[in-house]
Amino acid sequence: MNKVKLIAVFAENKPGQTARITGLLATAGVNVRWVTIASTGPFGVMKFLVDRPDAAFATLKQNGVAVSFLDVLAVEVTDRPGALHAVADCLAQNRLNLDNASGFVANRRAVLVIELHELERAQTLLQQAGLRVLTQAELLSL
Amino acid sequence: MFWDRVIETLERAALARLQLERLQTTAARVAARVPFYQRQLAARHVTPDHIRSLDDLRRLPFTTNADLRANYPEGLLAVDRRDVARLHTSSGTTGKPKALFFSRRDLDAAAELVARCFVMTGATADDVLQNMMTYGLFTGALMLHYGAEKVGLMVIPAGPGNSDRQLMLMQDFGTTIIHVTPSYALYFADLLEKRGLRPCRDLTLRKAYVGAEPYTEETRHKIEQGLGVDVYNCYGLSEMNGPGVAFECGQKHGLHVWEDNFLLEIIDPETSEPVSDGQPGELVLTTLNREAMPLLRYRTRDITALIPEPCPCGRTHRRIQRITGRADDMLIVRGVNVYPQQIERVLMGIPAVGRNYLITLDGLDDMSVQVELAESGFDGQVEHLVNLQNQIIERLRAETLVKPKVELVPPGALPVSEGKAKRVVDRRRL
Ligand SMILES: [Zn+2]
Repeated sequence: MNKVKLIAVFAENKPGQTARITGLLATAGVNVRWVTIASTGPFGVMKFLVDRPDAAFATLKQNGVAVSFLDVLAVEVTDRPGALHAVADCLAQNRLNLDNASGFVANRRAVLVIELHELERAQTLLQQAGLRVLTQAELLSL
Repeated sequence: MFWDRVIETLERAALARLQLERLQTTAARVAARVPFYQRQLAARHVTPDHIRSLDDLRRLPFTTNADLRANYPEGLLAVDRRDVARLHTSSGTTGKPKALFFSRRDLDAAAELVARCFVMTGATADDVLQNMMTYGLFTGALMLHYGAEKVGLMVIPAGPGNSDRQLMLMQDFGTTIIHVTPSYALYFADLLEKRGLRPCRDLTLRKAYVGAEPYTEETRHKIEQGLGVDVYNCYGLSEMNGPGVAFECGQKHGLHVWEDNFLLEIIDPETSEPVSDGQPGELVLTTLNREAMPLLRYRTRDITALIPEPCPCGRTHRRIQRITGRADDMLIVRGVNVYPQQIERVLMGIPAVGRNYLITLDGLDDMSVQVELAESGFDGQVEHLVNLQNQIIERLRAETLVKPKVELVPPGALPVSEGKAKRVVDRRRL
């Protein structure tokens, strides 16, 4: 299936923490393609799309960072109002709960990154609804 | 098995009569010979004649750590110097130590109590004791040593450390019992594992007397598995002879306090009022059978609780729970007594929690706990962090009755100090 592997990091919501993590990744020669920083209360979780997830995971782990892989779906949507609604609607109709979503635009193509529990079922449903679910390779080559 | 069946199973009323008689003797002795106690008694308008029942104990003054230091070196001595047979000291973290004197008779009485402990756990003259406590000014090793000799065990005065030599002695002389601190016992168990030694196959150990530091039931099980022994909890403090003040019997449920030698009270460390039976509080001990340096109502600062029920082993001397903390560590939050050890026990029981935590008291009376997540405790889901946080709050509330704020922090986020980690920051201005 077309799931995408992100690197999730549990870091303190403090100045300098993001820089420390990105610094470690840069030193390991890992390219960060996209990042989102979600903070719930006092702690923050950063999620990275990187070109080499295994190398990123290893280098962070070695440096004592609380790191984990996180599987998500990347859905290509048309860059116009209502696109997000189409995805949300498809999931809601099938009683799939969206845990988290964020989007970005690269080379005029809009991508929605979504986190939910039943990735495989969600992918099938989204594809049936005519939406394109990108593979890791496709996402990285945007 | 009893060392002294008559006294160990003496019915409570007879025991109480013996205690009263000895309390009266002790009060008279210090009133006659110790200027410190003379002043204390005079200030309370109490004379030894006022002690007519055991309840009158409460008319007597407390003795504290600070009193022992203030009367260093000889201020609390109740016999002539020529009648002192041994000096021990109890060191503090700062300043002068506490000086503790024992007469020949005191040393013999202390050894008697230790002999009771040994026989109570099933030790006989066939056993070989490897005493892995520090010999010297500290009471830990010597006081146990002479009790073991009384029972007829062969004693190997190994002292602590030098694990290779410990192992050699154990193997060459067939050690069956060790006397050891919990931290060294764990270290030694780890060493055996690293060497590929299996205690049940390669050693002849059967029991471990573990004391001198408070430890938990989980640690007992770890030591029992790692060394292939039965662990008996051993409590004592140098001010009260050292080891053998209280000891576990074969039931391994609570420690019998030798009440013919020590009068025991459990009080609220703040109000100094007695707590009801079974409630946690500070252990207070009065020596009943000591001549060189009797101590009245000594505040041990150790937190325990009385087990009022009779023990199936038949001993009438009451039991106390294992020591759960030090009164000096106690925090009072919203009127509730909270011990950092309670918090530690809860946190260390949750696998996703890492090694470090920090308790902060702030504002009017708020307790917050920063908890480091274990490196393996993160799976990328914010939702799981929130759940973990709530779980910690709920468990701490159930344990301490205070609902804390809990902040999960990444591994390594909390400051690590040299040696003992700083666990409590009190910023309240009350
Ligand atoms: Zn018993």
